[in-house]
Amino acid sequence: MAEGLTKSAARNIFYGGSLFFFLLFAALTAHSHWYMVNVSTDNAGLTESVKHGKEVWEKNMCINCHSILGEGAYFAPELGNVWERYGGHENAEAARNGIAAWIRAQPLGVPGRRQMPAYDFSEEEMQSLIDFLEWTDGIDTQDWPPFPAG
Amino acid sequence: MKYETQKVALPFFMVAMALFALQIIFGLLAATVYVWPEFMASAMPFNIMRASHTNLLIVWLLIGFMGCTYYLMPEEAEREIHSPGLAYLQLAIFAFAGAAALVGYQFGIHEGREFLEQPFWVKVLITISFLIFLFNTSMTLSKGRKTAINMVLMLGLWLAAVFWLFAFYNPSNLAVDKLYWWWVVHLWVEGVWELIMAALLGYLVIKMTGVDREVVEKWLYVIVGLALFSGLLGTGHHYYWIGAPSYWQPIGSIFSTLEVAPFFTMVMFAFTMFWKGTRNHPNKAAMLWTLGCPVIAFFGAGVWGFMHTLSWVNYYSHGTQVTAAHGHLAFYGAYVMIVLGIITFAMPSLRRSQPYNQVMNMWGFWILTGAMCFMTFTLTFAGVVQTHLQRVLGMNYMEVQDQLGLFYAMRLGTGIAVAIGVGLLLYSFFGPRRVQVPAGGTQLTAGSDSA
Repeated sequence: MAEGLTKSAARNIFYGGSLFFFLLFAALTAHSHWYMVNVSTDNAGLTESVKHGKEVWEKNMCINCHSILGEGAYFAPELGNVWERYGGHENAEAARNGIAAWIRAQPLGVPGRRQMPAYDFSEEEMQSLIDFLEWTDGIDTQDWPPFPAG
Repeated sequence: MKYETQKVALPFFMVAMALFALQIIFGLLAATVYVWPEFMASAMPFNIMRASHTNLLIVWLLIGFMGCTYYLMPEEAEREIHSPGLAYLQLAIFAFAGAAALVGYQFGIHEGREFLEQPFWVKVLITISFLIFLFNTSMTLSKGRKTAINMVLMLGLWLAAVFWLFAFYNPSNLAVDKLYWWWVVHLWVEGVWELIMAALLGYLVIKMTGVDREVVEKWLYVIVGLALFSGLLGTGHHYYWIGAPSYWQPIGSIFSTLEVAPFFTMVMFAFTMFWKGTRNHPNKAAMLWTLGCPVIAFFGAGVWGFMHTLSWVNYYSHGTQVTAAHGHLAFYGAYVMIVLGIITFAMPSLRRSQPYNQVMNMWGFWILTGAMCFMTFTLTFAGVVQTHLQRVLGMNYMEVQDQLGLFYAMRLGTGIAVAIGVGLLLYSFFGPRRVQVPAGGTQLTAGSDSA
């Protein structure tokens, strides 16, 4: 350790530097918040149904098997782009029916395959959840993930 | 034990270790599902096991930090704990809240954001308990001696409480949700928890080596300075792909690369002080943890973190088993090991048996640490294969998972070894008192029946 550095100098650098970096970080976070609301997400499309869909997503703790935008449990497929994977950009109706049918078919009971539990969603919950997944697919994620596989 | 109220730490350590054992059990269950997917599929779905595993870790580490703080605060502040009664009360509240959350998960009672799954009222109880803890320890500190160690420790604990408040903010815009979710998750484990860890490490180093406090405390400020200068903007490495602006890619890449620096400095610090040290402390096991903790933290948090932190690497590796590998060794090296180190150091005086069962503790250290490293290697190989197949070649997720069975089987094996290591450690902490010192060794012992 440099002999020239005294303990009180090291302390002052720590407190001053940390405050500086915190303020910088807070300012960039504030800008990012503004950017997310106004640029990178569909704020007008954040309907009551999408909000309800996020609640369905959370109530059933999907995050502890699946990942969404790469964050979660890595035990089951990424769902941030599941809308794209089901061809939602080309045929929204088919994607909607496909995702709903897949969830309703669980558990598949295929031997040796990871089992997704059965979820007893009402039709309204199902449509809200899919609205939420469709909305999430629309977030500008800097072109992540590299492939539709997620 | 110089101060009577240091004994407050003992029940904290007991509760923390009980929850640690439970965490390992849920981890074993989840690892088993990776190998045999039908295992307990109808009794306990994977998401419940996983939430239990991660929540138990966080809760026992927090209770462990509290125990460590109660143990060292009287010595550092040179006065008794403000109120032992409040300490027991807040432990009871915290333990009840943690247990209630865990039981609730088994019945599907939870919220749904990763790591913050606790129901609202559990979060409130945790907050109340933590505030009582901060009041109790801050009152002790405010009337006592202020050292760099207890000041940095309390700063870390207070900031942890402040950032925890973001757990109560759940905006319906998923991108904004994630933006502030990281204000809890990242600013804890790659920010203010490092202050707690460095302060505890500094305390151990002073006690174990006898190096002058002035020198240790100067190092401490340098370490925590590096931690926050790099770690605050290092949060940017979580903002690459969640809808945040693209400037986070250079900022996150640069600053999170610098996050290696505080961990490397901790390695330099611990070993330099060890070589300079004049004290031949009889608790050899505690010395092993004091040196082992920064080394494994450097590899787990530093090297394994750097491995996938650059934005153009993370573009391919984000959200694969590479992340799981890093997460396991980083938490183990940085936070599990520092708490186990303090417990190893404190137990002989808490149980008034100097020193005790050191050899078994060291076996525990090597088996547990070896197993955690092996687990990290298997998950890293799984992650590299997954990254290539899924993110470079574009293969389907479930097809890729079918290619990873060997790694998951080896990971389950390492999980069993972890359980054995933890079992040995718990026995050495709480089992019958025995003096175990290698015959003819240079160890000094204070026990009367050891030569």
